[in-house]
Amino acid sequence: MKAKSVLAAFALSALVAGCGAAPGGDSNEDKPASTPAATAEAKPDIAKAGDVTLKVWDQNVRGGQNAEIEELNKQFEAKYPNVKIDRTKKSFEDLLKTVKLAASGADAPDVVQANQGRGVMGEMVKAQLLRPVTDYAKVYDWESRYSSTLLDLNKFSADGAEFGSGDLYGLSQMGEIVGVFYNKEKVATPPTTLTEFEASLQQVKDGGDTPIMFGNLEKWPGIHNFESVLGQTADKQAIRDFVFARDGASFDNPEFQAGATKIKEWVDKGYFNKNFNGTDYDPAWQSFAKGKSAYLIAGTWVTADLADQMGDNVGFMLMPGADANAPVSLGGEDLPFTITTASKVPDVASAYIDFLTDANAAKVLVDTNNLPAMKGAPAPAGGVSVDVANAWQKLNDADGVIPYLDYTTPTFYDDISGAIQELLAGKQSPTEFTAGVQSAFDKWSESR
Amino acid sequence: MGVAAAPLEAAAREGSPGERPPGEPRLVGYLYVLPAFAVFAVFVLVPLVHAAWISLWDWNGLPNSPATWAGIGNYTDVFTDEQLRSAFVHALILLVFYAVLPILIGLLLAGVMARARVRGLALFRTILFLPQVIAMVVVATMWKMIYDPENGALNRFLGWFGIEGKSWLGDFSLALPSVGLIGTWVYFGLAMVLLTAGVQKIPPSLYDAARVDGAGPFREFLAVTLPGLRGEIAVALTLTTIYALRNFDLVYITTQGGPGDSTTVPAFQVFSRAFQGSQVGSAAAVGITLTFVIFLISFAINRVAERST
Repeated sequence: MKAKSVLAAFALSALVAGCGAAPGGDSNEDKPASTPAATAEAKPDIAKAGDVTLKVWDQNVRGGQNAEIEELNKQFEAKYPNVKIDRTKKSFEDLLKTVKLAASGADAPDVVQANQGRGVMGEMVKAQLLRPVTDYAKVYDWESRYSSTLLDLNKFSADGAEFGSGDLYGLSQMGEIVGVFYNKEKVATPPTTLTEFEASLQQVKDGGDTPIMFGNLEKWPGIHNFESVLGQTADKQAIRDFVFARDGASFDNPEFQAGATKIKEWVDKGYFNKNFNGTDYDPAWQSFAKGKSAYLIAGTWVTADLADQMGDNVGFMLMPGADANAPVSLGGEDLPFTITTASKVPDVASAYIDFLTDANAAKVLVDTNNLPAMKGAPAPAGGVSVDVANAWQKLNDADGVIPYLDYTTPTFYDDISGAIQELLAGKQSPTEFTAGVQSAFDKWSESR
Repeated sequence: MGVAAAPLEAAAREGSPGERPPGEPRLVGYLYVLPAFAVFAVFVLVPLVHAAWISLWDWNGLPNSPATWAGIGNYTDVFTDEQLRSAFVHALILLVFYAVLPILIGLLLAGVMARARVRGLALFRTILFLPQVIAMVVVATMWKMIYDPENGALNRFLGWFGIEGKSWLGDFSLALPSVGLIGTWVYFGLAMVLLTAGVQKIPPSLYDAARVDGAGPFREFLAVTLPGLRGEIAVALTLTTIYALRNFDLVYITTQGGPGDSTTVPAFQVFSRAFQGSQVGSAAAVGITLTFVIFLISFAINRVAERST
């Protein structure tokens, strides 16, 4: 009796659940192509768009970033009194986990910040949740605002298969570099080449100090430290080709092995604090700020906090490489503002994105201590921000930006961050590490 | 159940044929159950069956995205994929820390309290129960600070005795026990409250009898306290086992499953596959497998406890 009614209940709920149809739909063939029905041919006149509420999801929750977007939103609403901006702010992590579902819902926002790479943007393009903005880019001349490397990061082919080429899907406001912060009291003259840098690390170590403070408990910081070193041992184009999954690119090759060997060597020589795998990210940069290490490999997002605590004692440089005039550094741009296919007011959305990335926006970004990604932004007033702005300029002039490795496949963040922890702890040899990451990549590559 | 039903059946047979026996279920009974069943079906059964359905596909979780039929592929992955297999092994190891250790500590405390009526018992019980009341996120964040290798309380405490501190959450062999001990700290209070309450229910005459027979404290514990607590132990074991197996927040906040995969657990894999890795089918398969494992283990615990009473 009992078993029978349980079975009946299951059968009933199976019916209710609507089994028999594949989740998400079997194929894409009968769906409309992702190219927009109407293609913009001239700058839309927003003043004539009537009363519009523009729903925006962004991740600018921290001090200077929040100030920047609030200021620009205010200016935009003043410029177009008929447009009201309904802003939802979420932290990076929260946004990452909700943006895909939000854009696919009935009440989807018009503009969302969708993270680059196959994990978020690629999946959203594949599901036709984002509207390509190539037409608007032509109308507003967006391509002249950025270097081609930065534009490529926001590009996907219409079917979501090719990353780094095809249609443009959005624009970013801020530049990011993962570089080396140094304590001016401990480092008199910053090293300019990798050899000099290693000599300096050894010197700090011999003096009984910690050369590089590193907190890798949260797993992702290891990607930044590893890839910063990788940029100096491998060709920048090889790294880009791998991240964009271009033909013939690989992870398991001698140059990449050299990067893994180098960073493991630094661990063995004691160039990092001893318990980095068990140290949290925030306590690590705070320790650096308190003068407990000479260097810190970190992204420019900690600039403002470090400047607050260290004042003029902190300096910033790109990771030194073989040639001081050809710097290669991990970096890119923050999350691009994109337009959802669900938006009924793509014209207004495009005008908003244009407004967030024009020359006026660049000035607002500088005034609020942010690093504009756009070309020709005004120089900041002083402090470590000057170092950062100069480094950004130098890096872009040399076309030295390499994209984050975790963009590579939807699961790559998980695949590589764990593997780096194992490499650094000596659980995997450098060759085992590159082979393991390669096989995770191949597994995805075969199923795409 | 069987024993209780027998007299009723006998009564039914003896009654007049046209009369419906009072205990027999009538069809109208199902009507009474219907509202509750509808709620249960909508919020539990349908999602469960739907999840089981999704688990048979490779799907990224987005509408308009093609799903490809995977059959039982996602389930074979649970056993063949190294990451998933280790997640389940870790969950079983954590059972020791989340369920077995708290109950042993709880038994010890209950045994002590059974012998000596402590003054201010309620106060001590409240204090020991406190970890259970704190939100798990707070507990995890706090322990992450305690375990911090440079400035954490634990390493500084060890430093006073000249013991060199360890990288508790960053060491491949120490991370899992370190996370497990946080669980022990949280759940021993629960076990203790359940067990001390049970001890108070044991008639004092049994202890008197044991003492007259010349039983020492250990013998007394084995012969009187332990058998008297069988029911409570089963409840405590069931609760803590479920907590152990579905554990997510502690791992998510302290280690993110690292270093490497050394602390990853099934619930964390469900989360990371569904919301980070766009592998919703695989996440559903792990979830269903986890549900099945939890069901099996708690069923076994209750079977054993029932049989021995």
